[in-house]
Amino acid sequence: MYDLATAALDTAKIRGASYADVRVMHLRQRDLTTKNGQVGTLAQSESIGIGIRVLANGAWGFASTDRLTREGVAACAAQAVSIAKASALAKREDVVMAPENAYVDSWQSPFRKDPFELPLETQLALLLAADAEMRRVKGVTLTETDMQFRKIDSWFASSIGSRIHQRKMITGCGIVATSFQGDEIQKRSYPNSFGGQHALQGYELVESLDLLKHAPRIAEEAVALHAAAQCPQKTGTLILGGSQLGLQIHESVGHPIELDRVLGQEANFAGTSFLTLDQLNKLRYASDIVNVVADARPEHGQGLGTFAYDDEGVPAQCTDVIKAGQFRGYLSNRETAHLIGLQRSSGTMRTESWNRLPIIRMTNVSLLPGTWTFDDLVADTDDGILMETNRSWSIDDRRYQFQFSTEIGWEIKGGKRGRMLKNPSYSGITTEFWNSCDAICKREHWTLWGTPNCGKGQPMQTMGTGHGASPSRFRNVRIGTAFSEQ
Amino acid sequence: MTVTRKPGAAAMSKAGATRELRSIIDTVLRLARSIGVAETEVHVDETISALTRFANNAIHQNVAEHTVNVSVRTQVNLRTARATTNRTDEDSLRAAIEASLSLADSQPKNPHLLPLPGKQRYRGVQRFVNKTAALTPEDRARAVRRACDLAVKKGQTAAGIFSSAQTQSAMGNSRGLFAAYRDTHAVFSITMQEGSAASWAKENAADVADIDPQRLAERASEKAHRATDARELAPGRYTVILEPAAVLDLVGFLFYDFAATALQDKRSCLNERMGKQVFGKNISIVDDVYHALQLGAPYDGEGMPRQRVLLVDRGVPKNLVYSRGSAKAAKKKPTGHGFMLPNEYGEAPMNLVFSGGKASLEEMIASTERGLLVTRLWYIREVDPYEKIMTGMTRDGLFLVEKGRVTSAARNFRFNQSILEMLRNVEMLGPAVRATGEEAFEMVVPAMKIRDFHFSEVTKF
Repeated sequence: MYDLATAALDTAKIRGASYADVRVMHLRQRDLTTKNGQVGTLAQSESIGIGIRVLANGAWGFASTDRLTREGVAACAAQAVSIAKASALAKREDVVMAPENAYVDSWQSPFRKDPFELPLETQLALLLAADAEMRRVKGVTLTETDMQFRKIDSWFASSIGSRIHQRKMITGCGIVATSFQGDEIQKRSYPNSFGGQHALQGYELVESLDLLKHAPRIAEEAVALHAAAQCPQKTGTLILGGSQLGLQIHESVGHPIELDRVLGQEANFAGTSFLTLDQLNKLRYASDIVNVVADARPEHGQGLGTFAYDDEGVPAQCTDVIKAGQFRGYLSNRETAHLIGLQRSSGTMRTESWNRLPIIRMTNVSLLPGTWTFDDLVADTDDGILMETNRSWSIDDRRYQFQFSTEIGWEIKGGKRGRMLKNPSYSGITTEFWNSCDAICKREHWTLWGTPNCGKGQPMQTMGTGHGASPSRFRNVRIGTAFSEQ
Repeated sequence: MTVTRKPGAAAMSKAGATRELRSIIDTVLRLARSIGVAETEVHVDETISALTRFANNAIHQNVAEHTVNVSVRTQVNLRTARATTNRTDEDSLRAAIEASLSLADSQPKNPHLLPLPGKQRYRGVQRFVNKTAALTPEDRARAVRRACDLAVKKGQTAAGIFSSAQTQSAMGNSRGLFAAYRDTHAVFSITMQEGSAASWAKENAADVADIDPQRLAERASEKAHRATDARELAPGRYTVILEPAAVLDLVGFLFYDFAATALQDKRSCLNERMGKQVFGKNISIVDDVYHALQLGAPYDGEGMPRQRVLLVDRGVPKNLVYSRGSAKAAKKKPTGHGFMLPNEYGEAPMNLVFSGGKASLEEMIASTERGLLVTRLWYIREVDPYEKIMTGMTRDGLFLVEKGRVTSAARNFRFNQSILEMLRNVEMLGPAVRATGEEAFEMVVPAMKIRDFHFSEVTKF
């Protein structure tokens, strides 16, 4: 693959590029789903091609092709340079890149069991068994299960001399029970909604989830929700389960710190950010106990944002985002780092596939563990609501005002978990919410959750991001807003 | 065999494109037949596209791609599965057939699986425009430059995209079915920012000549200027005038509710509501891929001809769309809306056309004592699937209307609003147009004036 990559770099240079980088990528995917005891989707796909990014006349161009011949790659590189020169027709200033070293390396994400090598019959049998367990519960009207496996090889080469091969194995799995009764549809998911848990692991992730144990429980909860009390509308104490808090971090910390948004590069689609450059090291983002990092290093965990190098050839790093409540850092790339006074990119350029341009992306943006056990946290709460498993999420285009709803809630009274609540929701303003955090559970309750469906960029790219979180408590939160006046 | 077109090459003739894709299909069918596969279906899709992206009054990303995907479904002994590859040499196509067979063989039999359909007849559609296919990076850069120059002149900041694409698709199966389609597609979208205010305009069309980037830039610029000094209003129920993009991104969430499979699965908001007065009498909806403002192939993922279906007649849901499988289960005829098999979702109408009215935006504003004019909605998600309560934000231009005229800009609101209730409260309709937003695929919808739209909270800008 490096021969083709080198051919592309050579052509780009001859055609007038001052810098070029190339990604040859081979993506393999398998999708399995069941619905109501029948196999739904059963498919696999592979895609291989090359994406070539060049800097010419001080402006960017990118072209991609699946014609992996020397002729095809050379034509693609020439097209990229031609596009860059067209970009220069509407540039204001030349692109400046932060310096970076050249690396020659190879890295593979650790996994114990390759799902592509295991018998498909075993995988389907597990999903069908979980599906059957859920259907045993009277009142369940729809059952769904899914597994998704991806194996991604990428060969990165740049005109400064880097040659980096990375192989990532990604696994996702989840189950859902739905109940339609009267005039409402209720749903419960395990271990998370919208496809379950996703991580940079092999089939061992599926085995660790114990689907058969949890299938009856979520089915019973889906049916029980019909008779549960409606979540009240009030301002009060909120405890968020880990997976919901992971999505809260994603939307109200992860996206606002993307420097391309801050600089207006996403203004037409994904939006901008309230974290203008004057806020760095000045804004009280959260309460003192809140520490958030963007950590792509393997030692942070096997998350969807874990890698050895980003897709710009920069090594994985850990960046302080919020330290003791203070706003400390953005996600940057080689083009934007100098704008915030950094000498080096924070290593967050990622691409969905060979035919997409790398853009600034979340890695693993995680809330570091606190000091509480979950039982102590509940016992310490006189009057509150525990909300678990996301049902809907929405935030404005500058990431101030958000609203989330979850599948299930539980009333907490006098330090004890009480009755079930249906249709829970909460809303707020980002910095007010994070400043109201007064308790975070400890490492034993911490999970690196995977968000596999983060959309950004034009053309749209879908990326997986990681979010470590443990259950946490927030005070004076607006609760029940989604169903107000309905 | 490989597809021999060079990246970025101009459009080839329809006959040439079809012949090239058909030869790939014929190769797959021949290879499958040679190893005794009972039934085989092949889809081939080729896309050549380019997108110029600008921000801060300059181009900052500029991309092009050329992709070919071959997707093979085999069906043997009541078992089926799909394998997809982007490699078109014989060895890779053979590997895709074998992968599909291996996947299919791993599962229990499905007694509901139908044999592949035979030859079908399709109505022709012409949606390929050479001028769009031939658009160059320089053409896009010049249009972007003019828009950015306008922003600079007005003291504003422009961001957006100008893209063009051509797609060729074909499908065939071992029972002699063959279908082919091609189209072109251009999009110009622009956000103009003035201080903390912003506004937006966007259009898409098969023919790039139908899009006037400078007119869109001027509209966004003028509205961004009017959006400055936004007032904070109290949340509550307001009369709203939704421009077509705002209507689209909300009603777009209804499309899957009209799938027969969604009702069979009891996850549609139309369960127990078919044949009832669910919407106002001024709401009628058809699914019509042949409508002059629509794009899309005249056949579905199974190769069945798409039919025009009356979904809602004067507020009453009348019909659903059916794949072959859901049609058999419901003892109906397929309507040509099925997804590629195997899948768990069945089908959906992808070409919704709302009946419109005659009111202009100006007439809607003039008739409003107090209300809000909404340019665009953002980050819309479903809060309640049966009452179809959606949440989301206004974005890029929210204006207060008082005594028949726009009096000021307003800070953006969060809404929590049932679409069912909303479509019972429509007071005025504009002409239906091809609308484009960011949450739903393009449909033909009108601007709407709606009473009692529920805004629950306000944000900081």
